[in-house]
Amino acid sequence: MENRQTLEQHAKDIRKLTLHTIATLGIGHIGGSLSIVDALAVLYFDQMKIDPKQPKWRERDRFVLSKGHGGPAVYATLALKKYFPMDLLDTLNVSNTQLPSHTDMNKTVGVDMTTGSLGQGFSAAVGMAVAAQMDHASYKIYTLIGDGESQEGQIWEAALFAGNRKLDHLIAFTDYNKMQIDGVVNQINDVHPLDKKWEAFNWYVQVIDGHDVIQIQQAILNAKAQKGKPSMIILNTIKGKGAAFCEGKVGSHNMPVTKDMAKEAIEGLE
Amino acid sequence: MELRNRQLRDIYVDLLMYYAEKYPELVIVEADLMKALKTTMFAEKYPERTVNVGVQEANMIGVAAGLANMGKLPFTHTFTPFATRRVFDQVTLSVAYSKLNVKMCGSDPGIMAQLNGGTHMSLEDVGLMRNLPGMVVVEPVDGVQLAALFPQIIEHQGPVYIRLLRQEFDPIFEDDQPFTLGKATTIIEGNDISIFATGIMVKEAIDAAKLLKEKGISASVINIHTVKPIDVEAIVNDVKKTKAVVTAENHNIINGLGSAIAEVLCEHYPVPMERVGVKDHFGEVGKKDFLMEKFGLKAKNIVDAVYRVLARKDTK
Repeated sequence: MENRQTLEQHAKDIRKLTLHTIATLGIGHIGGSLSIVDALAVLYFDQMKIDPKQPKWRERDRFVLSKGHGGPAVYATLALKKYFPMDLLDTLNVSNTQLPSHTDMNKTVGVDMTTGSLGQGFSAAVGMAVAAQMDHASYKIYTLIGDGESQEGQIWEAALFAGNRKLDHLIAFTDYNKMQIDGVVNQINDVHPLDKKWEAFNWYVQVIDGHDVIQIQQAILNAKAQKGKPSMIILNTIKGKGAAFCEGKVGSHNMPVTKDMAKEAIEGLE
Repeated sequence: MELRNRQLRDIYVDLLMYYAEKYPELVIVEADLMKALKTTMFAEKYPERTVNVGVQEANMIGVAAGLANMGKLPFTHTFTPFATRRVFDQVTLSVAYSKLNVKMCGSDPGIMAQLNGGTHMSLEDVGLMRNLPGMVVVEPVDGVQLAALFPQIIEHQGPVYIRLLRQEFDPIFEDDQPFTLGKATTIIEGNDISIFATGIMVKEAIDAAKLLKEKGISASVINIHTVKPIDVEAIVNDVKKTKAVVTAENHNIINGLGSAIAEVLCEHYPVPMERVGVKDHFGEVGKKDFLMEKFGLKAKNIVDAVYRVLARKDTK
């Protein structure tokens, strides 16, 4: 297991690369990418059983980014794990790219499911966990949803089913940054109290600081030890975390990011 | 396997169970209509390969996509409207766009929803599904054809929409007749008019051809069981001979078989044509005979359409 200092360094590297990637294009989903970075760092650099040299390894853990618009943070993570060369990050959304806005398993090495239409990736992750359960597999299915995404009906269809099916191969996260495109979640169609909702659906629920790598690490360990229940780890996060120009700002969902803005933010991370 | 004098669902479920032995990855994903299609029989034999999510069609498709992503071979089952229009974004993105090998079966197509009425009548499902890149759309006519196509549906790597009649069917084909997914089936050879038909309209087309024969008109009857990919070669070859076309489908005439044939002919061999089907109208409660009469889906409607087309052909 990695220690705090190492994991925080990985998170910092992912943040820098995410900023660089979006600034190279000039626009992107910066807010919801930066808010999930710490979870990605712990998953890919510590907790997930993966082998970047064998991206299709049958026995690997899977990760489904159901809020597919956080793709840039996943791409930065995969590049750091050497799934593909670093310079591929400069091709985000460029014609014929392997790195589209929303994660696509048929385009990007290391991506485990195609997502983008909210609610669907989570439902597919539940199906993947059903397969793992049928096969008595040793691997886990990880998935991450958004809080705005949690307004989708399909999330709660899948949640109800996963709880009843006792899918303990499934470990999910909610990026609870309290913001969505049109404003603040609790002013649009509130999802609070999230923990009580998931508990009511028969999930093992933990609520943690989504930017504290050790809390994330411990929560995943707790989730892995759970038998007979799927796990939901609610990450209290800040949209745009780590970049002053967008941190905690509603407008950060999809915004222009210049190279100067990224440079200043990257310097701020040092 | 007995392929006649049974309901089509019984044959379908027997096929599922037969091929489940050969394909250990075959699983079924259900949304609380197992008793309708009788996949309950499959569940009794293979409980560990049965997933029933309850009344959650969107999640049914999502779960099936996830299972396919892990190498399983999922068959989903519900009524045609819930297999298509209700879950169109899920089918589009989680299955078709993701290139996942999910077989989606919708039962009670078009007016065959009968007493479930207008809410349960899909007269647009073929149009929706054939609009999706990579989707195969197939409507088996009888037990023999279903049994012949089933292993091809399994072996096809990619999503398939199976538009399945659930109950009694008119036996059309001989037991050993071969069928190929994506290839049209000629039932009657004729010289004056080509009648292309799917599903329950195949029987009507055959009856129409008999009526026409009495009047000295020689009609081809060709079954397009696979609406997508459509058999361009067979369609054009027959039409080159007859130079006139009528299509017959248990579906809106917009975007279904008639539209698909019209697309082929416009590009390859334009001739006078008419479409028999539901004329841009929602369905309603009723028994099969009443609805076929009401929506103009009888052999006599095909005959009338043939006369109109032949008149246009003669004045051309």
